[in-house]
Amino acid sequence: MKLRSTLALSLPLLGSSALAADLAVKLDIPQPNVAEYHRPYLAMWLERPDRSFVANLAVLYDVKKKNDGGAKWLKDVRQWWRKSGRELQTPVDGVTGATRAPGEQLFHFTGARAPLDSLPAGEYQLVVEAAREAGGRELVRIPFQWPTPSAQSPTARGKEELGAVTLQIKP
Amino acid sequence: MNQIFKKPTLALAAASLLLTAAMLPLQAQAHRTWLLPSATQLEGKEPWVTVDAAVSENLFDYDTNTLKLDGLHISGPGGATLQPENPHSGRLRSSFDLKLAQPGTYRISLVTESVIASYKQNGEMKRWRGALDAFPREIPANAEALRSTRLHSRLETFVSAGKPGDATVKPSGVGLEMQPLTHPNDLAPGEAARFRLLLDGKPAAGLAVSVVPGGVRYRGVLNEILVKTDANGEFSVTWPRPGMYWVGASYPPRTVAGGNPQGTPPALPERRVSYAATLEVLPQ
Repeated sequence: MKLRSTLALSLPLLGSSALAADLAVKLDIPQPNVAEYHRPYLAMWLERPDRSFVANLAVLYDVKKKNDGGAKWLKDVRQWWRKSGRELQTPVDGVTGATRAPGEQLFHFTGARAPLDSLPAGEYQLVVEAAREAGGRELVRIPFQWPTPSAQSPTARGKEELGAVTLQIKP
Repeated sequence: MNQIFKKPTLALAAASLLLTAAMLPLQAQAHRTWLLPSATQLEGKEPWVTVDAAVSENLFDYDTNTLKLDGLHISGPGGATLQPENPHSGRLRSSFDLKLAQPGTYRISLVTESVIASYKQNGEMKRWRGALDAFPREIPANAEALRSTRLHSRLETFVSAGKPGDATVKPSGVGLEMQPLTHPNDLAPGEAARFRLLLDGKPAAGLAVSVVPGGVRYRGVLNEILVKTDANGEFSVTWPRPGMYWVGASYPPRTVAGGNPQGTPPALPERRVSYAATLEVLPQ
């Protein structure tokens, strides 16, 4: 009994997710014309259409502060914080990372690793939230199907704290 | 003695925060200081108004600390100096009440002068923040590499009882001051309002002014409006919608650090002056 369940856990889930494709996110971080600019804290995660939390893809913050001091401000990424951040112990290998400079930034999430390697087939939303010190916060959603029947590049656009966000997904 | 010092965290503190050392833990450097009146246009016989003063991360949110009311000055119609009533200092804000006994316009100002400094003592980097007169007394004699910035901040708001009266501001000639060219209690959405900024009594030309509408918590994005004063120190704002607005400026202008917190930080100035007014735009 015990052995069987252990085996089941170590096998990748069967079905379409066993051949999980990669996911890429192209993100435009705006550079506002302000005297005091700080790179935004960013969270990228997956939700189901009913807004329930699935998994974190990326959490970017000031990782250079000692004793993980930068994590104190992750609560400002408010919606993400309530969905996941509150319960998350940072840093998280493969998820947390340093903030990125303004301009076009690319993120690549391989289907061979968590969370995509075990993502059940279904409808999802990519959610991206940015919060900037002395600035505002903004959230953008991109619905998608997993796995995708055809190559897609849906885009959403923020107004101030996020520019164009494009999800690149292939079958 | 006051050398140019390159430390980004102090430069950020210099831009926004003015508190006495006793009140605030050193790491709580928040970005906004403001007054917030309960209303700016009052009607009826001898109406009352209550005003909050606070320092916060998010505009008009009570999320960080209180502000001392020591430098509070209230002038009423006819130039009378008035006293606040029921002053109170809590954890997240200070507040006071004001009776508007005469019809006309009242100007409420909170001026704070302080010093932020850093020095080395026994090889350890130390930071100090406090009142101007405490500075020479409290810095230890064996302090090395002492850098300091004098901060002068003026927070202001205007309230009127009945028909708005004279809102002329007689400049004190110290720090940043604003002369309203449009009456500050006569602001309407969609209409332009004009103001003049003075720096130590002279027109502050080419100064960046930040205008932020309240309600950021629910809106998310700042919707900040940036304007620059002209050669006469004047600037104009067209209010996009009704609400409370924070209108602020500081001098000297801070250079954009290129978005990299680890990049070359702006130099710490010897003196930083700042001004912020809270203005209400009512629906028409």
